[in-house]
Amino acid sequence: MSATAPAPEKPVRAADERLLKTSPVKRLLGRPELGSVVGAVAVFLFFAIVADSFLQATSLATVLYAASTIGIMAVPVALLMIGGEFDLSAGVMVTTSALISSMFSYQMTANVWVGVGVSLVATLAIGVFNGVMLIRTDPPSFIITLGTFLMLTGMNLGFTKLISGTVSTKSISDMEGFPSAKDVFASTLTIGGVDFKITIVWWLAMVAVATWILLRTRAGNWIFAVGGGEQAARAVGVPVGRTKIGLYMGVAFGAWVSGQHLLFNYDVVQSGEGVGNELIYIIAAVIGGCLITGGYGSAVGAAVGALIFGMTSKGIVYAEWNPDWFKFFLGAMLLLATLLNAWVRKRAEATK
Amino acid sequence: MTTEGAPKDTSPGADGAVPAADPDLAAAEEPSAGDEAVPAASEESAAPAGAPAPPVDRTRTPLVELDAVSKYYGNIRALEGVSLEVHAGEISCVLGDNGAGKSTLIKIIAGLHQHDAGTFSIEGEETRLGSPREALDRGIATVYQDLAVVPLMPVWRNFFLGSEPTKGVGPFKRMDVEFMRATTHAELLRMGIDLRDVDQPIGTLSGGERQCVAIARAVYFGAKVLVLDEPTAALGVKQSGVVLKYVAAARDAGLGVVLITHNPHHAYLVGDRFVLLKRGAMSGAHTRAEITLDELTRQMAGGSELEDLRHELERATAP
Repeated sequence: MSATAPAPEKPVRAADERLLKTSPVKRLLGRPELGSVVGAVAVFLFFAIVADSFLQATSLATVLYAASTIGIMAVPVALLMIGGEFDLSAGVMVTTSALISSMFSYQMTANVWVGVGVSLVATLAIGVFNGVMLIRTDPPSFIITLGTFLMLTGMNLGFTKLISGTVSTKSISDMEGFPSAKDVFASTLTIGGVDFKITIVWWLAMVAVATWILLRTRAGNWIFAVGGGEQAARAVGVPVGRTKIGLYMGVAFGAWVSGQHLLFNYDVVQSGEGVGNELIYIIAAVIGGCLITGGYGSAVGAAVGALIFGMTSKGIVYAEWNPDWFKFFLGAMLLLATLLNAWVRKRAEATK
Repeated sequence: MTTEGAPKDTSPGADGAVPAADPDLAAAEEPSAGDEAVPAASEESAAPAGAPAPPVDRTRTPLVELDAVSKYYGNIRALEGVSLEVHAGEISCVLGDNGAGKSTLIKIIAGLHQHDAGTFSIEGEETRLGSPREALDRGIATVYQDLAVVPLMPVWRNFFLGSEPTKGVGPFKRMDVEFMRATTHAELLRMGIDLRDVDQPIGTLSGGERQCVAIARAVYFGAKVLVLDEPTAALGVKQSGVVLKYVAAARDAGLGVVLITHNPHHAYLVGDRFVLLKRGAMSGAHTRAEITLDELTRQMAGGSELEDLRHELERATAP
């Protein structure tokens, strides 16, 4: 469109498009993950200096484990945020998923895998409920999932007390199928003498799958579109409703994986757990470069955000500080990451 | 660009069942057509004005025909008794002030709303569109003023949004990214937009360029009818000219165009038919031969109402 673009176009035209324009540095600046990667390196260096034991292999494995338990949820939550929605029920949904699995197996005295399967179906159904409520009614997802959050919190406690008589479930470690389920959801892999939790594998796999979906499939294109411009997406025939329901089911799937890990790692589940975690997932996604208004972000960024979480929570312990300071660091990190992301994005767009 | 009206489809009514042929054809032609398009677009002399419509066969079935269509929202009359014809290779302009019912009319044609009375025919067949997707499948593409694109997404993702080509099977089914990038670049080049980088967010393009991308997209996907909602409303004079040029290019490619605008000058530059709306009703319908720009402007501005306004203003400023 030579007639309308401003003057500096002429020299570019002679050399022909992008070769001249986008240096690798600038392309890097345009990535949504950049802010979080810079932040992660800074946090890593910081704790490497102040905490002597931080750089030991076992410490790093512990950090990765902490990061993975958050990351398994942060990745689908990030996808949902890119799609322009929130899920405040994500935290307690993890507990719900674990409770259903445990109590179904125990009450039916069935193979624990039956409970695991029932839990998957039930958790996905909660995701579908969130999605359908959202697209069928008017209120924003913030309110709808706040409702789901409160209902699930109540049901977790209510049903657990009703069935078990206490606030925690009965042990199912002696039941059929428990060892194999533990292998899948809560085992430990020893590599080079260091113990790594299997959740790290789940986490990395989810990052890979989410990145693939986001960048290379039609569904990924739709996710960006419904978050970045829902009306425009609808007008060109994107199935907005189905995309959003799918995103909520993704979060539910993450909750199922996390819930099963919780169950098979600790054997019993406390019904009051999970409250507040939904914010941690959202924070990880935001630190990872997801725009809170939707339409922009990445799964890798959310994973790095979770890594920052893991490093901070464990780093404070290794530095032998009072862990009460964790929340302070978190808040500071969130603010810094958000500002850094905004600054980077502005620069990237200005220099294009 | 304006003179190559040759590949005009003369029998849209007969073979309406094969819209898929159009994008293939367009893709196959692109190298040669692209070369022609670039100099033409960069030349200032190629003004859109000098391109009157090719002679139209009046007996042909219109691509889209609205006959006495009405729409009510509860007890509000949004549209009443409006008729409109859209022929292949012609531009039908809908003119009206704010609140005249232009948006309602668009929404009916685009499949967002259903009409309550009258008939809506596509290629002679009476229809009631259930969704925008259905309208697209019937060959009606709508480009909205603000909703044309998703600003944060790269140009190539926007171009194919909703109709992404895929390759591979099962879990490895993926978007054909290379094809999408190359096609986006080539198709925009054909319209005279030489993008440096199809990866840049479409929000970084100018308003006129975004409109053009949306129009190029509709043409590429084989739309037979292009509905444009105030494409020049937010643009400067020069950019409006560029957009109108692409509207004319779409017409020359054989599409029927519905141009919604409140600017009679823009309408008269490219239009073949003019429908004037006022307060939800039709206040005039003309072909180009029947009306002059002055008369169109006068009617559009409200005719006698304008006279009243002038008097009022004179009295107000006199003392």
